[in-house]
Amino acid sequence: MIKLTVNGTSRNVDADADTPLLWVLREWLGMTGTKYGCGIAQCGACTVHIDGAATRSCQVPVGSVGDAKITTIEGLSPDGLSHPVQVAWLQHDVPQCGYCQSGQIMAAAALLKATPKPSDADIDDAMTNICRCGTYQRIREAIHTAASLGGKA
Amino acid sequence: MSNRLALRRRSFLGSIAAVGGGLALGWHVPALAQGGGQELGIWVVISPDDTTVVRIARSEMGQGTFTGLAQLVADELDADWKFVRAEYVSPDTNLANKRAWGDMSTGGSRGIRGSVDYVRKGGAAARAMLIQAAAQRWNVPVAECTAANSAVTHTSSGRTLRYGEVAADAAKLPVPDAVKLKTPAQWTIIGKGVKRLDTVEKLSGKQVFAIDVQLPDMLNAAIAQCPVFGGTLTSFDADKIKSMPGVRQVVAVGDNAVAVVADKWYQAKTALAALPIVWNEGAGATVDSAQIAALLKTGLDAKEAALGQKHGDVEAGLASAAKVVEAVYGAPFLAHATMEPMNCTAKFTDGKVEIWVPSQNGDASLASAAEAAGVKLADVKVNKLHLGGGFGRRGQQDYTRQAVLIAKQVPGRPVKLIWSREEDMTHDFYRPITQCKLRAGLDGNGNVVALHARLSGQSILAYLAPQRMENGVDRIAFQGWTEEEFGYKSIPNLLIDDAVRNTNVPVGFWRGVNVNQNTIYMECFIDELAHAAGKDPLEFRRALLVNSPKHLAVLNAVAEKAEWGKPLPSGVFRGICQNYGYGSYTAGVAEVSVSPKGELKVHRIVAATDPGYAVNPQQIEAQVQGSFVYGLSAVLFGQITIDKGRAVETNFDTYPVMRIADMPKVETIIMPSGGFWGGVGEPTIAVAGPAVLNAIFAATGKRIRTLPLRLSDLGHA
Repeated sequence: MIKLTVNGTSRNVDADADTPLLWVLREWLGMTGTKYGCGIAQCGACTVHIDGAATRSCQVPVGSVGDAKITTIEGLSPDGLSHPVQVAWLQHDVPQCGYCQSGQIMAAAALLKATPKPSDADIDDAMTNICRCGTYQRIREAIHTAASLGGKA
Repeated sequence: MSNRLALRRRSFLGSIAAVGGGLALGWHVPALAQGGGQELGIWVVISPDDTTVVRIARSEMGQGTFTGLAQLVADELDADWKFVRAEYVSPDTNLANKRAWGDMSTGGSRGIRGSVDYVRKGGAAARAMLIQAAAQRWNVPVAECTAANSAVTHTSSGRTLRYGEVAADAAKLPVPDAVKLKTPAQWTIIGKGVKRLDTVEKLSGKQVFAIDVQLPDMLNAAIAQCPVFGGTLTSFDADKIKSMPGVRQVVAVGDNAVAVVADKWYQAKTALAALPIVWNEGAGATVDSAQIAALLKTGLDAKEAALGQKHGDVEAGLASAAKVVEAVYGAPFLAHATMEPMNCTAKFTDGKVEIWVPSQNGDASLASAAEAAGVKLADVKVNKLHLGGGFGRRGQQDYTRQAVLIAKQVPGRPVKLIWSREEDMTHDFYRPITQCKLRAGLDGNGNVVALHARLSGQSILAYLAPQRMENGVDRIAFQGWTEEEFGYKSIPNLLIDDAVRNTNVPVGFWRGVNVNQNTIYMECFIDELAHAAGKDPLEFRRALLVNSPKHLAVLNAVAEKAEWGKPLPSGVFRGICQNYGYGSYTAGVAEVSVSPKGELKVHRIVAATDPGYAVNPQQIEAQVQGSFVYGLSAVLFGQITIDKGRAVETNFDTYPVMRIADMPKVETIIMPSGGFWGGVGEPTIAVAGPAVLNAIFAATGKRIRTLPLRLSDLGHA
């Protein structure tokens, strides 16, 4: 049994220690908001926060997580809509197919925590997640909006 | 917003299926008690609280059709948009009702334009029923009543009834056959940039894609297909992996694949990697990209070619020219790389099949499942889920067939088949590889007197649907270049033809299909001609488009907004192009800079589109931006190469795509001229590539004729 702290809740999972966190979340814990896109940390669809840092969970063996706190898209805000990034995403109608958006939102939330008023260059550096629908322009606009909302949303 | 969040999906469609036959609009469905929702015809369900569900037959894959189609219905219904929701009609319900909801296939940018009339009639019919019910309740003539914002008003007395209050009565009335549609001037919801109906669940991880489906007793399957196209499965040694964690079964899938079924997909995938498999790679195993390029080259000057269009005498025109310009262009195979890899969940029980599938064609999913299971169409139930991207890939049903073939070997339990990214990229139906040789003659004044465009490349229809070939000709090869589409009608001697050269690599429809390559070939070559004639690329095109006013209008619009001719900051250069495809006119101006070392930066693209009518300008803008990301990813980076009969690139590390840092600022001009319904998802993809390539020429003097761009050195002094 491996003990994890996911979205503030302690969970025990019966998975091999080398199983990627992504699949433990999706298949052992049934939390499917975190997506599989590539399995090689290229696309960012699997982005979660580990102790607040945006991390590609497909490359994190579950056995390596230890006591670190995991936050997934399901735990970003209590109602799934009230984090400033979610508020801004809704305002800008960002998602198209939506598949990559959990990862995009988690990456953006981590960026804003570290850099509350990011420049376009900061966004370029931090937001390396792939979106095949091409929502990048609205993602950029929404991050700036979320930055202006700050903690008020 | 509170209404939207409070809405719980109801399952009313199963009940409809039991009702039986009838035709669209003329067909009355008894009211359902469930949730109090009242069916007014087949497209609209209204609840006592005014919640208005519009049924959607097409698939939502990001393009916004779920919202756009609902707008069409809601406008004719005179609904208050805040009450409107959308829900899928399932393919089995459609089948059981003689396809009352029409075509479910979602491709070719036809979602709106292919169903615009009958869905609007559905809304108008429901509106008429609501008005009649209210008039009857008040005992007044229908003509004295009007409808707006989900309410009926008796004009003279000022009495009103909400739709929710009369829906039950209205549902008892016959569905009128003849309804009058609004004129564009009467639209209140069509043309408005309303927010998408499917956003909220996509912000919280709650949106269930097919890959997320979880069912009681569900198993998971990982699949390996013969890496060589056309090869088959010889054998596998299941004993070697049977004791691995979670493994339940190892099964052959058709004649070319093997799957491991396990408790978890990650366990199945891990065990599959350890499974000894023997393939019969077959004759295709010696094919490589160099051979394919050589094969296509033979088509460029071949005598035999299928005719696209022709007028005048191109050879005589070329012979008379003061100057002849010639160039050969080429574009590679491309994968779709949808973010959600191919997947399907299937359950086979007692001769019946149920599937959960991300499909661009629900009818085809149903047929594929029935065929794979060997059951009647009526014994298949299809659950359509929103797609994590489609781009044409999910019109094919190979993954659906495989899921059912696996499930049949594990009867009674649902099995979710997920392709790894590597399977997804190496077993695609690729955008076909083509080359194009262009020759043109200029007279002494720099006017084009003759143009010959010769395509050589793979045919999509020959691979996927040979029955759709017309006398051996694949018309899709000529997209954008047919007589109806081609803007440069004024060229006196014109010949466009195609020497088909097929390979064993599977090909299929890819967002924009052949419009992508064809527009790059033509619009870059037109730029070459302008340069050879010593003329400005905009003025040169304007002269050629003299008989094509709508092509010219979008071209002029981008030129004006981009301030063509006005000096740019040092080091920044412009390129321009135009095209017509999927029923819409498009044009673009790109602004780029290229460092002396060859580093490209695309700063800005101004785009214009005339889709006839603009149902939702906000979504059109999103589609234009998105199409540029898809199109430029291809132009800058995309290439599937073939070696030893298989795809070389397997994942995003070797098949790079655009990220946010590569994204130019896109400014979109939407200029609907009315009178026709054009597509939106695909048409603009055509203009990003040639605008950028022409700007690169302006910046560097280098003509990039072979894609992707990353293979070329853009360094310049």
